[in-house]
Amino acid sequence: MRGFIDYVKRNPALGIGMSMLLFLILFTTVGRLFIDPQNAYKQTIFLNQPPSREHPFGTDAQGRDLFTMMVLGTGMTLQIGAIAGAIGLGVGIVLGFVAGYAGGFVDTIITSLIDIWMTIPSFLILILISTILVGVDLKVTEMGLIVAIVSWAGPARAIRAQVLSMRERPFVWMAKLGGMRTLEIVMKELVPNLLPFLVMSLSQSVYGGIMASLGLEALGIGARREPTMGMTLFYVNYYSAFLLGLWWWILAPVSVIVLTLTSLVLTSIGLDEIANPRRRRKV
Amino acid sequence: MTQPNSATLKTYLPLLEIKDLRTYFYVKAGTVKAVDGLDLTLDSGTKLGLVGESGSGKSTMALSIMRMIRMPGTIQGQIMLNGVDLLKLSEDEMRKTRLSEIAMIPQGAMNSLNPVMRIKNQIIDGMLDHGIKGSKREMMNRVYTLLERVELSPRVANMYPHELSGGMKQRVTVAIAISLRPKILIADEPTSALDVVIQRQVMETITGLVRDLDLSMILIGHDMGLMAQSVDRLAVMYAGKLAEVGAMKDLFAEPFHPYTRLLISSLPVLGQRGVFQGIPGIPPSVINPPPGCLFRARCPNVIQGVCDKTFPNYVEVKPGHLVACHLYGGA
Amino acid sequence: MEPIVELRNVTKVFGGKIGSPNAVTALEDMTFSVEPGYPHIITIAGESGSGKTTMMMLLLGFYEPSAGQVLYNGKDIFKQKKEDMLDFRRNVQAVFQDPFAVYNPFYKVDNLLSIPIKNFGLAKNKRETRDLMEEALMRVGLRPEETLGRYPHQLSGGQRQRIAVARALVLKPKLLIADEPVSMVDASLRATLLKNLRDMNQEYSIPILYITHDLTTAYHVSDYIIVLYHGSVMEAGDVELVIRTPKHPYTQLLVNSIPWPDPNHLWGEAQEITRGRQAARHGCKFAPRCPKAFDLCTQKVPPLYLTNGGHAASCFLYEGNPVVEKADLSSLFPKR
Repeated sequence: MRGFIDYVKRNPALGIGMSMLLFLILFTTVGRLFIDPQNAYKQTIFLNQPPSREHPFGTDAQGRDLFTMMVLGTGMTLQIGAIAGAIGLGVGIVLGFVAGYAGGFVDTIITSLIDIWMTIPSFLILILISTILVGVDLKVTEMGLIVAIVSWAGPARAIRAQVLSMRERPFVWMAKLGGMRTLEIVMKELVPNLLPFLVMSLSQSVYGGIMASLGLEALGIGARREPTMGMTLFYVNYYSAFLLGLWWWILAPVSVIVLTLTSLVLTSIGLDEIANPRRRRKV
Repeated sequence: MTQPNSATLKTYLPLLEIKDLRTYFYVKAGTVKAVDGLDLTLDSGTKLGLVGESGSGKSTMALSIMRMIRMPGTIQGQIMLNGVDLLKLSEDEMRKTRLSEIAMIPQGAMNSLNPVMRIKNQIIDGMLDHGIKGSKREMMNRVYTLLERVELSPRVANMYPHELSGGMKQRVTVAIAISLRPKILIADEPTSALDVVIQRQVMETITGLVRDLDLSMILIGHDMGLMAQSVDRLAVMYAGKLAEVGAMKDLFAEPFHPYTRLLISSLPVLGQRGVFQGIPGIPPSVINPPPGCLFRARCPNVIQGVCDKTFPNYVEVKPGHLVACHLYGGA
Repeated sequence: MEPIVELRNVTKVFGGKIGSPNAVTALEDMTFSVEPGYPHIITIAGESGSGKTTMMMLLLGFYEPSAGQVLYNGKDIFKQKKEDMLDFRRNVQAVFQDPFAVYNPFYKVDNLLSIPIKNFGLAKNKRETRDLMEEALMRVGLRPEETLGRYPHQLSGGQRQRIAVARALVLKPKLLIADEPVSMVDASLRATLLKNLRDMNQEYSIPILYITHDLTTAYHVSDYIIVLYHGSVMEAGDVELVIRTPKHPYTQLLVNSIPWPDPNHLWGEAQEITRGRQAARHGCKFAPRCPKAFDLCTQKVPPLYLTNGGHAASCFLYEGNPVVEKADLSSLFPKR
């Protein structure tokens, strides 16, 4: 533990990033103890109220309590990111390792798939899919799955590149000369070395997933009644919050978004330092 | 002992005089004494070799002379170039001194050239920086002259580093280093990545230039063979300190310090196959070093009670030949 | 008896197929074998681009030949059955150049030794494994309590390289290939490491292929030498003879460039050779740079001629001397 704290002092990005993430997670979990979830959905007569004792973050145009909405919505947005990130990384790991280590024909096929998929603007794909589902009322988890469709290609390519470079390292030769079999080499030699990179990749995937979901939701494609950050912004726009000067309604989701994305970026930068030892500041 | 320079009337004062140089790095684990009290002189027109293994401090020494040591490193002592203490110059004055008075040929030329600049621009850059002006034609003429001196074709001027071989890139760094006719050339392992044939050619180019342009040179490395081929005087460093210094031929013929002795006897010479004499143990760490001579752990002549107490003073065992070892007094 | 390993007319090209204009030929029609019962240290010498590293990678089965076959115990290594493959891996071992890169930074250095012990069944239990490791470490001059249990970054380059040599000692393979094992190691340690290799060779009769561009260490440690240039053999034979009296102009060029650590043995006359790294496409590969080249050299490829003294050079200067066929290369390395 002491070593961890010492390291965090030397790697402020990681420390700050993870602290912010921790804060957000606490906000959405511990915060639930203080709210009545109904308030995020119940339309009341207290429309467009600025922050007050009863409504610490104010209310929106439908009279919903913003504080409750933020507590619940933060968790939902994080959930979407997590689902997209996990699936994106999982698929990316499998494809990246197979392509990178096997090489040859298999590599060519997988790389072509990745390249084609990445050339098509992901947003376009997402909108197409969403329009197919236009009548369907989406749930948050389903939103995560949709966004996951476009979040596997980046990690797959990056992981493949890492595997390719690692494959030629002398310690892999030594493993072969030591009688290890291919799968053993991948699992025992390559994966542990790539762990920091994979975690960094995860934080990048989560970031990408949240961004994609924000984009869709801001257009109104998403779980319409759920108070996710993106949906909140959609309603901000729909009800002309800017023109009406309802600053609290804008500030709340934007703050959460900024905090979330910044924490992910910082964590990613911090992990990059671990993953890439050459970047480490020398003792 | 100074050697009178042949051609012109030179003073008998050494060109470069380093006094009690200490380059320490203050890190969390303690103090890294990379260079710990070094005294060295370089006479005008001579070639001095500085040899040592990893951890000896030789590269740090080169960077210290150029004042290119970054925090958390500090340099103390005196580095007198023609009577001027380089350590007391301002940042700007030092910048002007680099390249025009002292130039460095770095290790690993592959990495010290800018990959997106043509060779001619990299050479001209240094000159412009030091206030050399001229028309485009004049500058290009300078470039061609330099390339010719390092035996490169003028076509190289327009090329990018990646179009050149390792040896050619190294020659370009030599050209840049001599572009302002510095007084001192510091070559830090200039041929370490090169094949043996190219190595000889590049080294001969460098020593030829030193002779023709009347420069003085400090050659830093770990290859005793290269030293024997290229320098007049040789200084042996161990764990941040100087173990022995003297005329190169003297050191090879009659090494005094036990480290130098062991080092030389471990080298393969023609006619002596199959005789292997390494030095037992490992080079010491220079973080928070204990007092006394740091070679004692590996020394066959160690004197208990003496070698672990104080570091020996330098004794002049022969004219111009100094050794730091308790075997020769120095208490 | 089958040779331990054999390269049979092996050609390796990169960047294209054999004969295509873009292809770089790393090794050309190379036939070489290591015979059992001939435990010598043979140096494969050459500059970068000579093909020496390619030869090692082929012999270790890390590269596939573009033409020809690589054989272990008489069988093509790329057509082996699984059991044979394990036997091949167990008996053909290597020490590599970079003392850091051979370690997986994630694991302790013990791994380097324990994994092959386990996979090749060299010990029955943990106690035996530990004994084997400690014994080997002490043989190379290391103290087990100072090295085992540590991570690679906690040890010096010299210690790490010694562990790599200890690993070879534990395995006692039928062939050891050492690729520049001392080039990244401090001068004071080199002689010790070379001695370890020499001892392994003499005490356990393990033939060693020593791959290097440093002729001083090659001279110091090996019995025989093969000089490569752009994938072909230029000269081969007893190392004392080749280095003292090189017959091939390329070897002469190399030997003249050796920086001997001896002020009485300085580089002599500056050499007159044309610069240039391109090998010739026809005739002798060294001809474009050779100060002694004549017409025939650009028309035909010289075979290996036996020169007086017992070593061979592929140079038309010796035309008329008996020819050493490619398949008989090993005859130049007789038992001592």
